[in-house]
Amino acid sequence: MPAVKETIEDVKQLESDKYKYGFTTEIEQEFAPKGLNEDTVRFISAKKNEPEWMLEWRLDAFRRWQQMEEPNWAKVGYPPIDYQDAYYYAAPKNAAKYKSLDEVPKELLETYEKLGIPLREAEVLLGVEGAAETAAAARETPKVAVDAVFDSVSVATTFKKELEKAGVIFMSISEALQEHPELIRKYLGSVVPVSDNFFATLNAAVFSDGSFVYVPKGVRCPMELSTYFRMNAQGTGQFERTLIIADEGAYVSYLEGCTAPMRDENQLHAAVVELVAMDDAEIKYSTVQNWWPGDADGKGGVYNFVTKRADCRGRNSKVSWTQVETGSAITWKYPSCILRGDGSQGEFYSIAVSNGRQQADTGTKMIHLGKNTRSRIIAKGIAAGRSDQTYRGLVSIHAKADGARNFTQCDSLLIGDQCGAHTVPYIEAKNPRATLEHEATTSKLSDDQLFYARQRGLDEEAAVALLVNGFCRDVLQELPMEFAVEAQKLLAVSLEGSVG
Amino acid sequence: MLKITDLRARLDAEDDAAIEILKGVNLDIPAGEVHAIMGPNGCGKSTLSYVAAGHDGYEVTGGSIAFEGEDITEAEPEERAAKGLFLSFQYPVEIPGVPTLTFLKEAANAQRKARGEGPISAPEFMKLARENAAKLGISNDMLKRPVNVGFSGGEKKRMEIFQAMMLAPKLLILDETDSGLDIDALRIVADGVNAMRAPDRSMLVITHYQRLLQYLKPDVVHVMSAGRIVESGGPELAEQLEAEGYDKYATEAA
Repeated sequence: MPAVKETIEDVKQLESDKYKYGFTTEIEQEFAPKGLNEDTVRFISAKKNEPEWMLEWRLDAFRRWQQMEEPNWAKVGYPPIDYQDAYYYAAPKNAAKYKSLDEVPKELLETYEKLGIPLREAEVLLGVEGAAETAAAARETPKVAVDAVFDSVSVATTFKKELEKAGVIFMSISEALQEHPELIRKYLGSVVPVSDNFFATLNAAVFSDGSFVYVPKGVRCPMELSTYFRMNAQGTGQFERTLIIADEGAYVSYLEGCTAPMRDENQLHAAVVELVAMDDAEIKYSTVQNWWPGDADGKGGVYNFVTKRADCRGRNSKVSWTQVETGSAITWKYPSCILRGDGSQGEFYSIAVSNGRQQADTGTKMIHLGKNTRSRIIAKGIAAGRSDQTYRGLVSIHAKADGARNFTQCDSLLIGDQCGAHTVPYIEAKNPRATLEHEATTSKLSDDQLFYARQRGLDEEAAVALLVNGFCRDVLQELPMEFAVEAQKLLAVSLEGSVG
Repeated sequence: MLKITDLRARLDAEDDAAIEILKGVNLDIPAGEVHAIMGPNGCGKSTLSYVAAGHDGYEVTGGSIAFEGEDITEAEPEERAAKGLFLSFQYPVEIPGVPTLTFLKEAANAQRKARGEGPISAPEFMKLARENAAKLGISNDMLKRPVNVGFSGGEKKRMEIFQAMMLAPKLLILDETDSGLDIDALRIVADGVNAMRAPDRSMLVITHYQRLLQYLKPDVVHVMSAGRIVESGGPELAEQLEAEGYDKYATEAA
């Protein structure tokens, strides 16, 4: 691949002068003092030059958080988190970890290659010096706008102009606070209230940055919006905050892809994502999550405690969550839809893969408030190694939700005999004119299937990958093209060594 | 093509008391020949096909398997497949979510890669698929469906032969391909198999009954009983078995 590398170098030379967004690699890391108190919150707010009301909002959240207890109902186990033993704000200093691709460990590059991630993107994700600027500037070909979040501050925003032409606002939430404070003030916390839950409240107090999207009335966003989240300062908790609003008749598809380099220390990640869909609007939110899951003994790895919620506020609005979760040591995540508008629709398509000693407690909530609301849940869980996985879901039909309909399908696939899969579906129906369907299966990857595929010429890993991809097909089909191929490969890589 | 020498195998069970199923099998199939193995239930016919294909549920305790002069006794199933060994399963396995053609293309390319060949092009593959499907009366719709999912017993057997045609093996092992087939389906499958006969392709037909052999006309018929080949002869041996049954061999073995 030397030719490709050369091209990258060339592009770097050409593009480095043109880079407009002011990020230089000389910026030094700025940490908030270690620990969490009101001063930390004030520090973050001041760093970001936030308006007074924002600081008050954060302080209110912090005070409430102090009164709250960490939830313990999820089927996951981890040592107590010392919230005082972490930094809550880190602006990127020199983000580069490697001077060039030659310095990157071979295994890491191989993983990227297996995933089919282009070298240029791999450079960015691995933190090769200067790569972010090049990648950001050179992303002309694929119609994907990337808002790269390095640690806590957005450093690169592309396609801004074209989006502006369409009237779409796509920027970091700190920028949005400066440029569109009225929108933030109106919508922030309107889906996930300040004191919604322990982790969401913590996020409200100390969130560092994230993405903001506003698609105005009747606008179909001209491209997929994409964000790469990445953590790269040791011991830095990540508190992303994402807010997406699709106004009447608008459409937007948002891709969130994540990867983190190896870490020996547990990293807390408590993100909040809020989606608002007005009348006839549609939001498609897709995630591929591949954070450091810890080593084979369960040491290290990311704690992914995330609150994601959509408010289908308008009539006939629609929100679809699609996720492929293969990373993190512990996942605690329930992307949900509040189906408030009459005729609104919520969808949840999920693939969760756990291997090694990973623990995942994940699912969705569909809250049917409006008439003729519909929801569809397809969850595929694949547990391998000594991992443990729980699907936890709620379908709630409220009294006024005449004609509400839900279909739920939860399938679990076990690989090996030391893993666990559990299904905990809650169903509440307060309206007699609602229709609910629930299907669940648990199966083991069968030796017969493996032998059959191998007899036809596939090696063991290819056979497992094929069988697992087949198992997940319903969900993979829902992913945008950009993600589908990568996701299929990710499944294969995540399950390497899980058999035999 | 295939030379099996004093092959002994047992179920790969934890305890040492696992029963030996193959007790010294000798078999030599030259290139281009069709051999049949007949025998009563439980004589080890199907085990022989699994062991030849490398199923890890069995442990080879003695003897050897050679394919084109190369010892493959310890080879992985996919290595044997890449060398050109194809097993048509007695009970074809369902693979939900994986369309038949996707499965076969992956398999074909995995085999080609193992042999150091480049991947087959999509148009070339599709053309081949259409031709072979037509020979077996397989509809386009069936090809798009996931591997064997929701197929009748007869359809599954037909798809096995289709897979064999697509992967063009050097040695085709048919494990009770005739079971579960009605007369019409049997003829279609037999015609398909006959169409694959070639000077450089051998076949091993494992069956309980003679009826498939009436169509396939094997060069050699072997009788297997209690884990051994106990008699070999021409096609007339199959007719004799059909008339007289396996009793003779059962008592001999005991």
